[in-house]
Amino acid sequence: MNRKHKQIIAFTAFRIVGIIVVALLIWILGFIIYNGAGTLSIDFITTSPTDGMTNGGIFPAIVGTLCLIAGSMIFAFPLGVMSAIYTNEYGKGLIVRIIRIMTNNLGGVPSIVFGLFGMSLFVNTLGFGDSILAGSLTLGLLTLPLVIRTTEEALKAVPDSYRSSSLALGATKLQTIRHIVLPAASPNIITGLILSIGRVSGETAPILFTVAAYFLPKLPTSIFDQVMALPYHLYVLATSGTDIEASRPLAYGTALVLIAIVLLMNIVAAIIRRKFEKNLITN
Amino acid sequence: MIEAKNINFYYKDFQALKDISLRIDPKSVTAFIGPSGCGKSTFLRLFNRMNDLINGTRLTGQCLINGRDIYEKAVNVDELRKDVGMVFQKPNPFPKTIFENVAYGLKVNAMGRKDFISQQVEKALVAAALWDEVKDKLHKSAYALSGGQQQRLCIARALAVEPSIILMDEPASALDPISTARIEELINELKNDYTILIVTHNMQQAARISSKTGFFMLGELVEYGDTKQIFNSPTKLQTQNYVNGNFG
Repeated sequence: MNRKHKQIIAFTAFRIVGIIVVALLIWILGFIIYNGAGTLSIDFITTSPTDGMTNGGIFPAIVGTLCLIAGSMIFAFPLGVMSAIYTNEYGKGLIVRIIRIMTNNLGGVPSIVFGLFGMSLFVNTLGFGDSILAGSLTLGLLTLPLVIRTTEEALKAVPDSYRSSSLALGATKLQTIRHIVLPAASPNIITGLILSIGRVSGETAPILFTVAAYFLPKLPTSIFDQVMALPYHLYVLATSGTDIEASRPLAYGTALVLIAIVLLMNIVAAIIRRKFEKNLITN
Repeated sequence: MIEAKNINFYYKDFQALKDISLRIDPKSVTAFIGPSGCGKSTFLRLFNRMNDLINGTRLTGQCLINGRDIYEKAVNVDELRKDVGMVFQKPNPFPKTIFENVAYGLKVNAMGRKDFISQQVEKALVAAALWDEVKDKLHKSAYALSGGQQQRLCIARALAVEPSIILMDEPASALDPISTARIEELINELKNDYTILIVTHNMQQAARISSKTGFFMLGELVEYGDTKQIFNSPTKLQTQNYVNGNFG
């Protein structure tokens, strides 16, 4: 068998695997749309669950999830970006290596552990109770390694020549980061944000003990309120509702809404990314 | 007036510069030539302390600009770099407009208001012989320019903050012959107002544009003197071999 044949076989194998992966994805998506689309209606996304969660909508859970996305990002995004700026632009040597190892390990910790940690620290020790605040902080911690990592990659992708020419003009390091490095890195940082939002909006374990309510038909009025959240609501509908058979279509509908929200966030973020890219005048 | 006194420079354990001393005349072009890795770029970067950005470097000796050691603790490095501009090997404009590229140094150094900045940008672009080519597209991307234009833009960017010294690290090595000729013309103009130190791989270039030349090899300044003398009657055998193209 010569090189050419090997190449053909290898590429065919790659292609088949690629197609299988995409097909699986489409299948899952199609399955959820097929089963959930019937449930979707304006009422479904604007009203509360009724009749022991076998009827009605999921409005409180949508609001809850949006609160948690916003809350966790307010916490994780600035913190993650700042620490990535530190490790990539300022820090050197042992400290940075330790921080990197820690963040990588943090990224590998199972989400249920974050849930327990959040319960212990935010809910109990700090006394936030089951609340949006406690849930957001827990989700923020969970996604922090991802934010740090993607921001670091974004900063690394900025050519060093930008930095040296800025410094060579008498700019301080901070000015260089503020006016040159961050604008150049921002599209990729936004991509990291998209990934983090996707992760946060789908997590169930971290919110289980820190914020999620089994059934709470009213909307939160402060960050110390509990909320329902889509992934947990889905879990409840699928496993421990009052009548699982009756609430099954609602479960698919919830899953569809959750996916739609993540997709919507991605689109919004992509638009923001495009805007940042336009600010970078490279052609 | 620039003076180096007994400069030794180390990257970790590797000694990149060995006991280098020389004086550089103000408002002139001084060229540094030598084979790759001879230390000429490292030497150039001493004068705006760009080597500080590399971890694990060490310096002994004195590096004087107008009688002041720029490695003293009291020296503000950002101020120093404003006074000692630099042009890099590859044209490296910022991903900004032509105007913003030139205005950047003025802005970060808080040098004046809007109308002053516009004036200064124009002045710098004129001085870099680029104004006529870009005056109608100041707010277009710097990357829309050709490589040679980009390099002149980088020179304009350096000129805008009114340095007294300009360091050029092989400024034409990534350019085509016509662009190179324009850069050389420009250097010839600029030497009336600025002290220019240039590192080049191109010996003809050094011969054409500089009044003094230093030949580096293996971290040593083998020979330093008038460019004519270095190229026509070098005193050291190594210099002779190098300028005659026997190696390097």
